[in-house]
Order: sequence, then structure tokens, then C-alpha cells
Amino acid sequence: MSDTPVDAEEVRHVAELARVNLDEDEVEEFATQFADILDYFDALDEVPEVDAEPDLVNVMRSDEVRDCLDQSEALENASDAEDGFFKGPRVS
Amino acid sequence: MSLNIFVTEETVAGDDDGPLAGKTVAVKDNISTEGVRTTCGSAMLEEYVPPYDATVVERLKASGATIVGKTNMDEFGMGGTTETSAFGPTKNPVDESRVPGGSSGGSAAAVAAGEADLALGTDTGGSVRNPAAFCGVVGIKPTYGLVSRYGLVAYANSLEQVGPIGSTVEDAAALLDVISGADERDATTRFDQSAEMDAHPAEGSDYAAAADGDVDGLTVGVITDLLEGADDRVVETFEAAVSDLRAQGADVVDVSLESLEHAVQAYYVIAMSEASSNLARYDGVRYGLSTGKEGNWNDVYADTREEGFGAEVKRRILLGTYALSAGYHDKYYKKAQDARAWIKQDFDEAFAEADVLATPTMPVLPPELGESLSDPLQLYLMDANTVPVNLANLPAISVPAGEADGLPVGLQLIGPKFGEETMIRAASAVEN
Repeated sequence: MSDTPVDAEEVRHVAELARVNLDEDEVEEFATQFADILDYFDALDEVPEVDAEPDLVNVMRSDEVRDCLDQSEALENASDAEDGFFKGPRVS
Repeated sequence: MSLNIFVTEETVAGDDDGPLAGKTVAVKDNISTEGVRTTCGSAMLEEYVPPYDATVVERLKASGATIVGKTNMDEFGMGGTTETSAFGPTKNPVDESRVPGGSSGGSAAAVAAGEADLALGTDTGGSVRNPAAFCGVVGIKPTYGLVSRYGLVAYANSLEQVGPIGSTVEDAAALLDVISGADERDATTRFDQSAEMDAHPAEGSDYAAAADGDVDGLTVGVITDLLEGADDRVVETFEAAVSDLRAQGADVVDVSLESLEHAVQAYYVIAMSEASSNLARYDGVRYGLSTGKEGNWNDVYADTREEGFGAEVKRRILLGTYALSAGYHDKYYKKAQDARAWIKQDFDEAFAEADVLATPTMPVLPPELGESLSDPLQLYLMDANTVPVNLANLPAISVPAGEADGLPVGLQLIGPKFGEETMIRAASAVEN
């Protein structure tokens, strides 16, 4: 059994953090499935700490003005716009 | 009966001539096509029409190819059967009662059914190689950084690459020749203004010419760890294909990579974590589904996502959010990164013993439609042989190895970093 048990309350909490509403059936189903999946992920505990050189390097480009989408193209897929801006629901 | 290969059938003509003049290409529906809707197999993007082309699409058009449509896929690439698509499953052209694999199931099925000469898929944890194996065609997952991801709708950025699908190794390699190369709009293609552009590994490479079938003296390492859990019929077909390579002059050795038992765990933790961040952009405001509901931002945002996303996408966003949340980050995400580094080291050691590594592409034969959706964990385990390659940023190819019970079996060959030519050469010998 996983040492990080997942119950319906935990699923609701994570769903709220992720901003995804769920119906009650989904909450129950996910709680059961997440318990199985997280139990499987727990085997990562056995992985040793690994000293690895990150093979990442910064890749820079010069800060020059280039062609890009114009405002109307950027708004083409928006459901609502006003004065050339995206229009969304009120924030509070 | 329709196989449901395309989400959108629309013809886009390319330039008059070029290396792919006269060829038809199907494009996976998570690759942006200017003026042609790009749904990612999701209700969230059912009406989304990109205002620009992905770099790979620009290159396709410039190569003279004709695009014939946008292919069906698991929603946002999250699945291995093409059954999580909001537009219904695609059927396997070889056996219509079975899945074509996924997530690029429509692309592989298009080539297998003769609906297109070639196709583009994307591979985050096997999504090109899996459907290529299940449909009996060839699919290539390039080394991370060989092909531009600009215009690919993101699922898990650190793992995914656009890859070609064709009926033969040479066909798929010719498409790789067209799409690979540095792109200043994707810094992970190793474009660096301080370096010369011709430093990119695609410069000076000729992938199609590498398909010469010559494996004399090549060492093939069989990853024994990945044979253990596989279906006997798959292993038998795989071993026959490896014996055939030996008969053609290849040396065959066994290799073992202890870290691989953690690959599926590490892959899903990393992919889900990246997905939870990437898919935060679907807010219903800038593009995508708008429910038209009134209310405050957070409520409308959460409603939009309940309606627009299918179950598997919600599952991965939630598990990714969980793995990154306070108290669990070190336990899951950090350990997954350790496992990723360990797997890379194990591959480095294996390539000291062999030129290419071999496994069955999929441990199972193509499942029946509807068979595998109810148990997500079982579906994740089906990716055991493909995900290590993405975690290690390596190239791999799936080539038909033969059939078992009338169903295609794929042989996977893994190359060293930017070793596509060696890998393609070995794969072309499997076709001999």
C-alpha cells in the first residue's frame, strides 16, 4: 500500500489547485486510480542519487525586432476582445 | 467502414518541386498548420485555427510535398491507442477490430492504409514508434534537438520530438532529411548565434542514403531487461529478426540496463508534471473552448477545463499537479530526475559495448478496441520499451520485424545521440 494514500478529499484539493472541476463520480474514480498509480510511482524511492552534469547550456539570440503575429492575428481565436485586447471574465 | 484516420481532410499543396515533390503527407493534429484547424484530438481545440505554420510544416511545403489532412490522435498525445481522442478512435488498417496504437495512431494508419505516402507524428514516450509497430510501418523518433518543435502544441517539452512515418526505412529517412535542422525559433535545436549554423548534426547528414542495408561488422546489443515482460509471440518474432541481422554479418551481444525498471515511473512523473504546467494555458480566453458562462475568472476557468478536457488529460494534469505540489516534489519529481540521469548513464555504458541497441518496440500485440481504457496503469506499462529513449534524449526507430497471429510486430533500434545514420542503416537491414 502506498505511504501517500489518496482519498476523495485530496483529489478535490488537487483539482482545485489545477483549476479543473470534477463531478463526484470522477472524484471517486480518480481517488481509486491515483492510489494504484502513486503506489507504483513510490518505487522511485529505490533510485540512488545520481551525480550528473546537466547537459544544458544557455542559448541566446540577439534582441532585435522581428516579424511576428500582428494584433488581429493574435486575437483571431479569442472568444471575446475589446480595443485590441483579450477580454476575459472578471478576476474577483 | 471508415477507419477515422483524419480529424480534418484538407489538401495543402506544397512548392512545385523539391525532394518530396509528388508525395502526399498526413500531419498529426498537434502540429500547427496555418489556416487549417489543429485540434490535438481535444474538444478544447475543436475550432482552433492556427495563424502560423510549425517549422516542420514550412519545411514540408518547401520540399514539394502535398499535405492531405490532419490525423487523429490521443487527446494532446496522452495515450497509446488513439482511443482518448475527442473525435473517436481510429481503427487499425491491418485488423479493424484493433487499435492502431498511439498517440500518433491516425498518422501510422494513414500510411498503412495508403491514405498518404508519408506522415508526421510526434513522440513523447513512444507515440511515433508504438503506432508504427502496431500498424506495420516504419517510425522514427529523432534525437532531442534534431527537429524543431516550433509550432508543435506542447505536452511535455523536455521529452517530445516530431518524427517521420513511412512504409519503408528509406521513405521515413527521406522525410527526416526534410524536417531536421536548426531553427532559430527553437533553441533546443542547438541553434546558437555564437556557433555556426552548420554545426547542427543534420547538416552534412543524408539519412535516406544511410538506408543501404549494410550491417556487416555492426554490433547490435539486445536489451535483455526489456524482453522479460513481453508477450512470447512478440519475443519469438523479435528474436527471429535479430538472428537475421546476425546472418547478415552483425555481431549480436546481450546488454542489461538496471535503471530501466524505473523508466516508466520516471517518465510518467516527468511527463505529467510538464503537462500540468503546459496545459494551464487553456483558459478559454485567448483560444480554445469558451463555455460562455458568467462568473469570476477562477470559476469560469475551471468550468472550461471540466468541459474541454477528457478523462485521461484531467488525470495527468491532476497527477502532475500532485507530483509538483508542496511536500511531494522531492519524493516524485526530484527522484524522477535522478532516475532520468541514471538511465542516461546506463545507455552511455551500453553504447560502449554496442553500436545500436535492440528491443521489441511494444511488449504486446495491438489490443482490441475498447480493451485497455479502463485501467490507466496497465496502459502506462505498455510503454516500458519506448519511454527510456525519450528520457535519455536518444534516437530510435521502429521497423516491421514480421507478424505474429497475423498482427504486426515492431523491432526497435536505438542509436547513440545524433547517431541516426547508424540506426537507419541497421533498420534497413531488417527489411532485407
